[in-house]
Amino acid sequence: MSFFRNLFGGSTHQSSAPGENTVRIPRRSTGFNQFTKAILRPDGQKILDLGSTSSSNINFITGLGHKAYNEDVLMEGNASRLVIPGPKEDTTTIDVERFLAEDMQYDSETFDAVLMWDVCDYLPEPLVKPVVERIHRITKPSGALLAFFHTRDAGPEAPYYRYHIKTDETLELQQGPHFQLQRVFQNRHVENLFHEYNSIKFFLGKENIREVLLVR
Amino acid sequence: MWKSRREEEKPATSPTPQPPAPVVPAPTSYQPRTVEKPRVDTYRADVAHIGKSVIIKGELSGSEDLYLDGEVEGNIDLRNHNLVIGPNGRVRANVHAKDVVIHGKVDGNVTGVEKVELKKSALLNGDISTQRIVIEDGAFFKGSIDIRKAETKQEAGRVSVQAASASPSSGVTVSGASATVERK
Repeated sequence: MSFFRNLFGGSTHQSSAPGENTVRIPRRSTGFNQFTKAILRPDGQKILDLGSTSSSNINFITGLGHKAYNEDVLMEGNASRLVIPGPKEDTTTIDVERFLAEDMQYDSETFDAVLMWDVCDYLPEPLVKPVVERIHRITKPSGALLAFFHTRDAGPEAPYYRYHIKTDETLELQQGPHFQLQRVFQNRHVENLFHEYNSIKFFLGKENIREVLLVR
Repeated sequence: MWKSRREEEKPATSPTPQPPAPVVPAPTSYQPRTVEKPRVDTYRADVAHIGKSVIIKGELSGSEDLYLDGEVEGNIDLRNHNLVIGPNGRVRANVHAKDVVIHGKVDGNVTGVEKVELKKSALLNGDISTQRIVIEDGAFFKGSIDIRKAETKQEAGRVSVQAASASPSSGVTVSGASATVERK
């Protein structure tokens, strides 16, 4: 019984941190498999992981002979220090300039590939476009970007999952810290958001997720 | 019947194994514990401990293992020795040690010659360079990770000699810095 509670987001008393769950759900990912093929060679590539810190991901990336970079964009983007009064009374917004000054500070064309996971769906609205533009700037030409997007069927209460790489085609999903699903992108929105990229491929994933592989 | 009775009688009528018992009285069963105690003490003596009320600004180097639960701003260099940054540890410094275990917060680059371990309460902003890395679920890490192959032993040996000569009496030294102890 407790297994199902944990699996479907009920009790989290087994959590390693507030809002986290230790259960990991394996899922095959065609998008990630294609991403892996794109970064296999040569050694020594710089790979940026924008998801939660995961030792599996770091082991996988460094195991391929690459250098792993980690930056938990959602955690940073939702930090209370970024919240400022909004334009209207009793409203708040995010200090985008401060976020861009403090986070994702890398030279242009630093990374050979970026793992974005489903960060876009959970980012506060003001940060979505600036983050995508920043990723484009710090990625090398021909660099790959893997992003996931929920379909409309996922529902507004879709829990946030941390993605752990198990093999080159299998991911493990672990319910992570609580973030609210902010929006659902249509394919056309995704294409508009990443219009600066040279190519875009959609893969229909499981559990109401679309996987998107982009090449700068 | 006869045989069994004889067997029963044997232990009762044979008080022969007495020589060592009276010499060492009752606490014979505690002997192993008294032997183990010094081991614990020597282990503790080998690990320097910086408590949570200690604030150090400057360079911290040493030739023994260190448990750091206070604040350090500057540089930490233990080279061939292990460093544990406790849950109250707050470090704004580049760290260099053999094994580095982080429970607290570090702003700076961390070099663990053999291993770096981020516990679930760890917050690390900086780059990691090491041979092996262990990250527990819940740890926060922002930076890059460079997995390096084993260094040559000669270089490591040279470094340890330097560290030892820099601190002849005590293992851990604080140089060019102010070390303050504050009540929190």
